[in-house]
Amino acid sequence: MNLHEYQSKQLLAEYGLPVSHGQAVDTVRKAVAAAGEIGGDKWVVKAQVHAGGRGKAGGVRVVESKEEIECFARKWLGQAMVTYQTDAKGQPVNRILVEPCTDIDSEYYLGAVIDRATRRIVFMASTEGGVEIEKVASETPEKILKTSIDPLIGPQPYQARDMAFKLGFEGKLVLQFVQIFMGLAKLFEACDLTLLEINPLVMTPKGKLQCLDAKITVDDNALFRQPKLKEWHDPTQDDEREAHAEKWDLNYVALEGNIGCLVNGAGLAMGTMDIIKLHGGDPANFLDVGGGATKERVSEAFKIILCDDSVKVVLVNIFGGIVRCDLIAQGVIDAVEEVGVDVPVVVRLEGTNAQQGREILASKGCMNLIAVGSLSESAQRAVAEAEART
Amino acid sequence: MSILIDNNSKVICQGLTGAQGTFHTEQALAGGTQMVAGVVPGKGGQTHLGLPVFNTVNEAVVATGATVSVLYVPAAFCKDSILEAANAGIELIVCITEGIPILDMLYVKEKCDQLKVCLIGPNCPGIITPGQCKIGIMPAAIHMPGKVGVVSRSGTLTYEAVKQTSDYGFGQSTCVGIGGDPISGSHFIDILALFEADPQTEAIVMIGEIGGSAEEEAAAYINDHVSKPVVSYIAGVTAPTGKRMGHAGAIIAGGKGTAEDKFAALEAAGVKTVRSLAGIGEAIAEVTGWS
Repeated sequence: MNLHEYQSKQLLAEYGLPVSHGQAVDTVRKAVAAAGEIGGDKWVVKAQVHAGGRGKAGGVRVVESKEEIECFARKWLGQAMVTYQTDAKGQPVNRILVEPCTDIDSEYYLGAVIDRATRRIVFMASTEGGVEIEKVASETPEKILKTSIDPLIGPQPYQARDMAFKLGFEGKLVLQFVQIFMGLAKLFEACDLTLLEINPLVMTPKGKLQCLDAKITVDDNALFRQPKLKEWHDPTQDDEREAHAEKWDLNYVALEGNIGCLVNGAGLAMGTMDIIKLHGGDPANFLDVGGGATKERVSEAFKIILCDDSVKVVLVNIFGGIVRCDLIAQGVIDAVEEVGVDVPVVVRLEGTNAQQGREILASKGCMNLIAVGSLSESAQRAVAEAEART
Repeated sequence: MSILIDNNSKVICQGLTGAQGTFHTEQALAGGTQMVAGVVPGKGGQTHLGLPVFNTVNEAVVATGATVSVLYVPAAFCKDSILEAANAGIELIVCITEGIPILDMLYVKEKCDQLKVCLIGPNCPGIITPGQCKIGIMPAAIHMPGKVGVVSRSGTLTYEAVKQTSDYGFGQSTCVGIGGDPISGSHFIDILALFEADPQTEAIVMIGEIGGSAEEEAAAYINDHVSKPVVSYIAGVTAPTGKRMGHAGAIIAGGKGTAEDKFAALEAAGVKTVRSLAGIGEAIAEVTGWS
């Protein structure tokens, strides 16, 4: 689960880390009022969406008058922002963060992620802070400093000191950096994060370090023990159909093609998409009904797949382990009748009670249902049906 | 021979009396697995499915001599349960549960390594040595004893591979689902080493998917250490970049870990790769000359 910048900064502040004290507002009037309350004559206004690349999309501005703030708020509130990290529809802007403007002497990058290869939380830092950090990482990896946290003893100040000296900090800045590093490490573990990024971390002309932007991702699996963060979830940033699917414990991702897929298991769902492609077709979606697929969920899955008008055929591929194929077969028949499926449904059942499942499908003799034996055959048939309808 | 488990393995089940524990232990018993006890805190002294139930893993180990534990425990309690088993002298822990917080796995994996305990999973179908011992949720009927070792990150993809090796009459020595989480107990390399050393295993099927670099690491290992023929399939060629695909692990980070990267690394290591999931059985026949 992703947090908004203003939420991330609230968390950072709770952990004693240096952030600007701004206000997140949801109306034009409040945006102007916020600037008044913050005071000063220069502010930064930032559209709040779950995506990077806001600056280049015009979603971050330094402003020097309340008129400019009003203009920015009018432009963005209620609009969708498209950046290189969003899809073509963009992400809706429902809040704007108004902050006092921070003077910047130099910019740094400081981030932490869980590294699968080393099985550690890894901190990364660089003097090349700002928007091009990915380019830095790929072109000059030696400019990215890294240190990993031992899971059993936790973060140690020496690791932060080492990084601070390599970043070129001296004197009190070293101490400040160590405090930020240790605070972030504590936050990372206490809040079950999978990603924490301060980009940029800036040094002000007065020699103070400050976290100017923050991106945080919380581990979805740990939300059960992070009640406050769970409350912070902003459903407006999620894809509507994906969010609806999630309510039913279905894992759905919309794609561009015309062959709807209903599969059990994430791996098999990807494998099914691949084999469709291999036979010249285009999958319309990824959909994993999971291990505990029930009749109701199969029915719901059909509804979600068929919301997409470009779907010309649905391919059901179930390899029953815990899932019994006879139940799935019944679920498919019920769904086809209930939902009123008017496209052909190619069904391949394998594994537990597959034979019974196939018999149930056959006994129905339903026009739209096409039962097939093998995986290749099912993909070929689905591709042929889709082609016949375009 | 086989790897990790056989008909001498004594297995306990943590979470035996729950719905999942009960269902899958019944299946394991029906398949001849030596299930010797269950562990459910507070239910010590009871009997369930004819098995004694203990309050702690330690008591179960002392009473039965078990060396293997399978967990059907809710995700929130898995860290505690795995650490309990690891510290009680269990040598092989199989964790089926999905949805374990990733930080829990960081601590657990580190501790298991320190104690030299083998952890399989989490978020996996388990392990089966067909005809001898079944630990997990895979459908027994698609398996047959034989000579192909199967290792996979995905549950249902494992079943596809297994079915094809059975349909071709090759059968399986042992099938290991290592799980799809970003941090897992065992990796391809760990299992490949065991298959290479196992005389019953004559060929290996490795099923990977997008995300992470485990397949690339496996390719390097195969190149240097594996003499047996390996057939490999990678799921996710058509997966859109940056989109999450269910397994937390299936994320393409920074252009690395794509299916094409993995296919290329494996092919360079002399692995026979298949682009169609349906082509695994045929590919084994081709590389081994078996008919």
